[in-house]
Parts: sequence; C-alpha cells; structure tokens
Amino acid sequence: MAKQSIVPFGPQHPVLPEPVHLDLVLEDEVVVGAVPSIGFVHRGLEKLVETKDYKDYVYIAERVCGICSFGHGMGYCEAIERVMHIEIPPRAKYLRTIWMEMSRVHSHLLWLGLLADALGFESLFMQSWRLREKILDQFDRMTGGRVIFSVNTPGGVLKDVDDEMLRSLLRAVDELERELRPVADSFLREYTVGSRLHGLGVLKPDQAVELGAVGPMLRASGVRYDARMLGYGAYPELEFEPVVLTAGDSYARCELRLRELTQSFALIREAVGKLPAGPIAVPVKGNPDGEYFMRIEQPRGEAVYYVRANGTKFLDRFRLRTPTTSNIPPMVSLLKGCQLADVPLLILTIDPCISCTER
Amino acid sequence: MGKLAKSPWLLHYDGSSCNGCDIEVLACLTPVYDIERFGIINTGDPFQADILLITGGINSQSESVVKQIYSQMPNPKVVVAVGICACTGGVFKTCYNIKGGVDTVIPVDVYVPGCAARPQAIIDGVVKALELLERKRADYAAQKKTAEGEGGTDSGTYQ
Repeated sequence: MAKQSIVPFGPQHPVLPEPVHLDLVLEDEVVVGAVPSIGFVHRGLEKLVETKDYKDYVYIAERVCGICSFGHGMGYCEAIERVMHIEIPPRAKYLRTIWMEMSRVHSHLLWLGLLADALGFESLFMQSWRLREKILDQFDRMTGGRVIFSVNTPGGVLKDVDDEMLRSLLRAVDELERELRPVADSFLREYTVGSRLHGLGVLKPDQAVELGAVGPMLRASGVRYDARMLGYGAYPELEFEPVVLTAGDSYARCELRLRELTQSFALIREAVGKLPAGPIAVPVKGNPDGEYFMRIEQPRGEAVYYVRANGTKFLDRFRLRTPTTSNIPPMVSLLKGCQLADVPLLILTIDPCISCTER
Repeated sequence: MGKLAKSPWLLHYDGSSCNGCDIEVLACLTPVYDIERFGIINTGDPFQADILLITGGINSQSESVVKQIYSQMPNPKVVVAVGICACTGGVFKTCYNIKGGVDTVIPVDVYVPGCAARPQAIIDGVVKALELLERKRADYAAQKKTAEGEGGTDSGTYQ
C-alpha cells in the first residue's frame, strides 16, 4: 500500500469564491478520503428570527445567500403565508415565478462560468459571465437590485412591472437564447471540456437517492424529482416537465443545467404571456400562529423552509435546509477514488453554495 | 514599479458574507465592467497580491484565516472592505457569531458600502486603493532607504 498523505484544500482556494475546507487523504495521486470542515461563513442568522419582526425577517432571509437570494425570500414568505392562510393575488404569483426563473438563469450561467474557470478555459468563463450580465440588467430594471432585490413580502410582492419592462425582458431572453447556443456548443462539443467531464464522478440513481442528493445532481442521475412539481407559485398553470438525464457523470450535470436554462427561458416567456392584471399584494394583519414546512426548488436543488410561530410578531423558530447541505454527502462519496486534479471539478459539479449551507 | 501602479493583483476572500458581494467582485473582472483589461487580475495567491478585497463580517472561524492571509501578503498592501457587512457587520451585526467588520481584525484602508456593493462602487474602491498603494510604496521605499543608510538589514517584507 502506498503511503498516505493529507492535502488541505481551502478555505482560501483559487477555484472557490467561498471558503470551505477539505482534508484530502491521498495515496499517491488518488484521493481515498475527504473530510469536510465547515463554519467559515456561519453567521447564525436563524437565531435572528427571535428578535426581528416576522415581516422584517424577509430581508434577513434574502441575505442567506446572494446567489439564491430571491428564492430564500420567496420560500420564507410562502411558508408564512401558509401559516396565516393568506391567498396571494395571481399577479404576485406570476411575478414571483418570473423572478425565480430569472434567478435560475443567472445562477446556472454563473455556475457554467465557474466550471469553465476550473477547467482553465478562461474565455468560456468570460462568455458565460457576459451572458449573465444581460439577465442582471433586467433584474436591475425590474426590481432596482442586481443580486439582492428585496421584492418579496408576506402577502405578495413589493414592486410591480410595466409593459415596457416585460418587453425588454422578452427581448433579453431572445437575445440570451441566441447567444447561449455557441457557448452551449463549446461546453457540450469541445474536446477539451468533454475529456475532463465525461465519466467523471458517476452517481448511480439508487446511490443518489440513498445519499440524499437534490436538484440537478439528482436529476442528472435519472431520478425524476423537482420541487416545482409540488405546485407553488404559478408553476401548476405553466407547462413544466423536469429535465432528467441518466448518465449521472459531470458531463450530464453540465448538460442538465444547460437544458434547464432553455427550459427557464420557455417558462419566463409563458409566464410573461399569461401574466394577469390586478393587485400585487394583499394587506397582512395580525401575527402568525402555527407551523409549516415549505419546499421550493432553488437553482441548486430543493430547499426546505420551516417556520414555527407562536401568535406574537416574533417567530419561535426558522429552519432552512439548503440544497448544498444535502449534496455534500454525495460529493464526499464521489471524491473517494478520484484523481487530485479532478477534485476542484467534482466539488464544482454539485454547485456548492457555502453561505447557504452555513447561514 | 510603473506597471504595478496601474495593474495591481487582487486577492479576494469571503469573510462570512452572503455571496452577494463576492459575485459582484467577480463581475467587476468579467465583461461589461472588465477591469482585467487594465491588467488587474484576481490571483488566488496571497504572496503575489497587492490589494486584499474582503467581503462579509468576521466570525470566530474566519478570523485566523483573514489574519494569516493578510500576514502572507508582501508590503506594501492595501485592504478594501467590500459591502456593508465588511464595513460594520451590516444586517448580521447582532448575530451571535459575528465579531463585526473586518477592521476588528486587520487594518482596513478603503470602505465600500452597499448591500450588495455595486460593481461601480467596487471599482471606485479599487481605484482609491491604487492611490493608497502608491503612497504606501513611496513611504516604504523611503523607510527602506533610511534603514539601509543606517546599515540596517531589510526587515519586514513579510510582517
């Protein structure tokens, strides 16, 4: 048996914009074990719910993570609305759905860029992020923020959109779809990209379910599960069928995210077409009493929001289980047996979001 | 020295931020804002960095990491706190795990406010940091000259 050595990975590492630490146990170049240690971004914001008004806490919930910011605000608000039995206006449902899908587009493009960066394919990284700016411009126009918008509130949304904004959004989506094609071709057909991704980190369907993988990780392994099928927001009224691939390797995870981008474009177009007129929020009076588990599909996978209220304006407990938390056990199992050089790629294919995980 | 004055290398570290400012820091380097065209590169190596961009407040885990990264950077160096959390702790100020802004651990030269800080603001912060870097370099060169004149050895390259 070869001699074992331990290589520390992170917390400050060029491939990750966020700090996470792994102790990689190596035998020569092969990883035989990986021990994650987390806590570098832990802020303890679940505890803040006890000292903040439940309506003000939306702003904290949105700051769980700057990438999936809109989804966290939405998940929290939907949970509160179900506790208080509030039916939000249809226009608010559609607006939330549009913004959620726009968040997915921006998150997946961001991930594609980071993947290209990890491969050392610098120009592809720049191209992906160039496309991402187009959707951020639309966010800026519709909500006034680029990454954190704070447009959710229990009872609806805070900002309305006009026809000019919607036309500009549709133009941007068309443009994005056209310009994404050559970029997607580079990811899917380029020899250098394929040679790094094909067959890397294969996750079998039963293994994925057993280890609790969620989101693109799970769907790329052939399991048809997407929390959008549960029917929150405007999804029940839209044409939606989850994208499922069967290969389960890193290439499939990349292809799946590219296909989800196209799907999100279609969902945005459909939702904009069906956007009903009317109010954007209903007034919320009184305090919540009761508890609820809300599940929504974030770009990275299923996120679970739990709220327990006691009839006062301060909640008893807010708990958030993020997709990355669920995806860390499958990631650690994939790392065993891989080459040291593939470690950054494998970590990236789960699309880790450390600030969500550690809150 | 002339090249360094316009094209510093950046080091980015996420103290305990929500990612919002981190992706805006990266957005500065990529097309549309694209400060890489001036030769400003995001390096992953503290030993080659001139400007340290820190996002997010400091917690008990990241404190030692921030101190270590800062000490590994060669002199002269400038620290830019990006976003309101890095400046004061922001919305997380009252969290049990947050010590406060970055200046509770290492000296900060430029504060960039905003939640999340916009790329324009971050670029402005980096430009301000450049002026400071230039001034620090002049001071450092003068110090070194005096030290050499007195027969002293070159010390303090790595603090």
